[in-house]
Amino acid sequence: MAKSLTQEFTKGLWAEIPPFRLVLGLCPTLAVSNTFENGVGMGIAVTFVLVFSNILISALRKIIPAKVRIAAFIIVIATFVTVVELLMQAYTYALFLQLGIFIPLIVVNCILLGRAEAFASKNGIIRSTLDGLGMGIGYTLALGALAAFRQILGTGAITFYQTPIQLFGPSFEPFTFMVQAPGAFICLGLMLAAMNILGKNRS
Amino acid sequence: MGDLVVLVISCILIKNILLAQYLGNCPFLGTSKKMETAVGMAMAVVFVLVLAGIITWVVERFVLIPFDLTYLRTIAFILVIAALVQFVEMFLKKSIPALYTGLGIFLPLITTNCAVLGVCLINIKEEYNFLEMLVVSFSYAAGFGLALVLFAGVRERILLARTPQPFQDTAIGLVTAGMLSLTFFAFKGWV
Repeated sequence: MAKSLTQEFTKGLWAEIPPFRLVLGLCPTLAVSNTFENGVGMGIAVTFVLVFSNILISALRKIIPAKVRIAAFIIVIATFVTVVELLMQAYTYALFLQLGIFIPLIVVNCILLGRAEAFASKNGIIRSTLDGLGMGIGYTLALGALAAFRQILGTGAITFYQTPIQLFGPSFEPFTFMVQAPGAFICLGLMLAAMNILGKNRS
Repeated sequence: MGDLVVLVISCILIKNILLAQYLGNCPFLGTSKKMETAVGMAMAVVFVLVLAGIITWVVERFVLIPFDLTYLRTIAFILVIAALVQFVEMFLKKSIPALYTGLGIFLPLITTNCAVLGVCLINIKEEYNFLEMLVVSFSYAAGFGLALVLFAGVRERILLARTPQPFQDTAIGLVTAGMLSLTFFAFKGWV
């Protein structure tokens, strides 16, 4: 418990940034990172669920019996996912249609259950909130970076508020490969390798 | 009948759950380091996915729709799947111990495998009838198994090769998965 509150927050941003360092929650990372907007939208939805499920699980940690804890965590997470699903359907309908079944699938995103089990069930509310917020923002950054990389190379444009902005002249030949399934795997692999090189230079 | 054959081919090869739809990637990378664990995971997924498909289809048709509760679908499905996995585990332990030891640790892990919940949701979204649902669930699971076993074979060879340091382990695994995905991509336009 030597970590300060700031450290609880910032560890999610670099040292334990979810999809790269922990290699958790890969499926949505690969699937929705085809445009920048989708990637960031998914990141925000996950952050919302992560923060609130961390708060509730941390508040209930002394009441939930150890034997049924996983089931209890899943119900808490599923409840917040349903909240997000309904909110997105009401306010960001275009994004809701784009992300499709990946919104209900946040339930089985291993990051959420992982943080609940490894952190929120053992720590106080303030620490858990910061942990959730840090992890969520780290996840959003990672998704946004991967999505921007793929979209810029794949289509030569980047989306803000539903409008694609062309970055290159008309002579640019997009690598369509990047926005399709194989490109997703290869991009993530390359980013992981780049992170490994950066991490080594730092230490 | 012809439609069903088309469904089988498209679900196994063209819309392969791992490589084209990006579902179930955590166990894909986690359990593919050894052929033995890959086969165990593939079997467990086939078994649970078909059962979960049937049960969630029944829940949707006879509980959620008649009582106008479809907004609770996510919670209902995940609970059903979690309970089912637990039940299957107890049943196998009691009556088919050989299969239970074979599947081992992979059974409980399936609860958080997004391929299972994903396929159940796709079944509902595409409004398949019972027979189609059965065929689709089985084909997706078979596609998962096929991709996983192929990938595990490649990965066992990679262990023997000298990979550049930053690429070791997961990074090279992802790049390999990309190559495998590219080969499955070639089936596009087949149906």
